[in-house]
Amino acid sequence: MIIPHPLLGPRDAAEFVYKGDASLINRPDGMTASDDEMHDYAYLRDNPAGEHRELWYHEQGDRSWLVVTRNTMTHDITYVELARDVARASGRSR
Amino acid sequence: MRYSALKILKEGLTGNKGWKPVWREPDPKPEYDVIIVGGGGHGLSTAYYLAKEFRGKNIAVLEKGWLGSGNIGRNTTIIRSNYLLEGNQPFYELSLKLWEGLEQDFNYNAMVSQRGILNLIHSDPQRDAFVRRGNAMRLSGADAEIFGREEIQKMCPFLDYENARFPIQGAIWQPRGGTVRHDAVAWGYARGADALGVDIIQNCEVTGFQIENGVCKGVETSKGAIRAKKVAVCVAGSSSRVMEKAGMRLPIESHVLQAFVTEGLKPVIPGVITFGAGHFYVSQSDKGGLVFGGDIDGYNTYAQRGNLPVVEDVCEGGMAIMPMIGRARLLRMWGGIMDMSMDGSPFIDKTHIDGLYFNGGWCYGGFKATPASGYCYAHLLATDTPHKTAEAYRLDRFRRGAPIDEKGQGAQPNLH
Ligand SMILES: Cc1cc2nc3c(=O)[nH]c(=O)nc-3n(C[C@H](O)[C@H](O)[C@H](O)COP(=O)(O)OP(=O)(O)OC[C@H]3O[C@@H](n4cnc5c(N)ncnc54)[C@H](O)[C@@H]3O)c2cc1C
Repeated sequence: MIIPHPLLGPRDAAEFVYKGDASLINRPDGMTASDDEMHDYAYLRDNPAGEHRELWYHEQGDRSWLVVTRNTMTHDITYVELARDVARASGRSR
Repeated sequence: MRYSALKILKEGLTGNKGWKPVWREPDPKPEYDVIIVGGGGHGLSTAYYLAKEFRGKNIAVLEKGWLGSGNIGRNTTIIRSNYLLEGNQPFYELSLKLWEGLEQDFNYNAMVSQRGILNLIHSDPQRDAFVRRGNAMRLSGADAEIFGREEIQKMCPFLDYENARFPIQGAIWQPRGGTVRHDAVAWGYARGADALGVDIIQNCEVTGFQIENGVCKGVETSKGAIRAKKVAVCVAGSSSRVMEKAGMRLPIESHVLQAFVTEGLKPVIPGVITFGAGHFYVSQSDKGGLVFGGDIDGYNTYAQRGNLPVVEDVCEGGMAIMPMIGRARLLRMWGGIMDMSMDGSPFIDKTHIDGLYFNGGWCYGGFKATPASGYCYAHLLATDTPHKTAEAYRLDRFRRGAPIDEKGQGAQPNLH
């Protein structure tokens, strides 16, 4: 798989480390979240067949985190963003 | 029809005209006592033990493709009971015991071959860990020996003992481990279940559940609706997709594992060899092909094919530990989708919906579990209590802070 990095252009997926579903960005506040919220965040996944937004870390590159939109049936990658931009757009400071 | 040497002789002399199909192809009935969703190894063994050991009647197995089209026909056929943790080891030892009597039990040649499994050791801490594991195995009644280098050298002279990064210091050896002909396991259980009256219905995809007031009353399928008192899902790599139709999210991600087979060679590899440090394991099939594999690709996928970096990684591992493999030509490679759980261990449990049961999360190691998984799932379906070796395989174990994490990796499926 080739991941089109928004800053570096096309990069081999082997340069990256895979984390999982991009919803992991939205970690509940540990001080206020209920047990259920924390459990569901840490352990449950949608695991869809089809379009999946997911976190990849460019470990052997510029060490940025990316949110990659990829189809889990075909491995086609349709959209790539910096995870930082996704987090900020949802109101987080970084 | 029972198989015997006499029968083979008689058929051989009379042109092999007397063999009949080994299971029926019935149309689904409108209602069953138990519907098992998924005709892989686990679904078929569940049906078999439910009918045989728990006297279940009126059972159907619904399979979306053909029998053996999933991981039961895609795995690298290794069986073993070499786990560390209490929640796992007694279960896998039960499975190995069932393997040992399986062929007589279901009167089918599954080519169960206890040729032994060798896990290589490359450092002192790894030896300590394996000694501990060996002790846990023996406590559960399994067999385990720690080998020094000389003993391995006698058995496997072809390994590279002086590999600069991972010199071989020893190994843990389980003589009762080995390999089994995977397709024959599916066929043997299917034939056995069919003979006990189980309806095996192929090309019948479950597309939804009939849930009424929190109780599961049946399934929707590509062949119409079928009612059932109990619905037991075991669809391995498709677990999340199927349970989503019941509104459930699971502690599971689907990942691809690739496998490789070379051209047939004369016997060179005595048992199963695993080189965990180099992400490589290998055995030799009875046809002579070297059957090998390594790590999962590591990203969510439902495509039954992997990518090239893992092919390279696996082959590098093979070349590092067993340089002679470089002379063999690769014949085939393929991938299968695995239900990777959050702690690397499986589930055999009721769900919060009455009448709906779930079996899954087998990761890359569910083939060896096929007999015990079926046995324990059948026990759960028949008695509504977990079998004593499967008590830890509950869906709520993360909530209770009781994961069964052999590798200690945490909730990161691609690291298990
Ligand atoms: C390459 C590879 C190597 C492996 N090597 C080993 C090994 O050496 N040792 C080991 O112990 N394990 C190994 N495994 C793991 C093992 O194969 C699996 O854990 C095990 O086979 C899963 O259980 P199963 O046989 O029931 O799955 P499957 O055979 O996949 O059965 C699930 C069935 O459910 C059906 N299904 C899915 N959705 C639906 C639906 N909606 N309706 C009806 N039916 C449906 C599928 O078609 C499939 O037939 C390996 C796996 C792979 C991919």
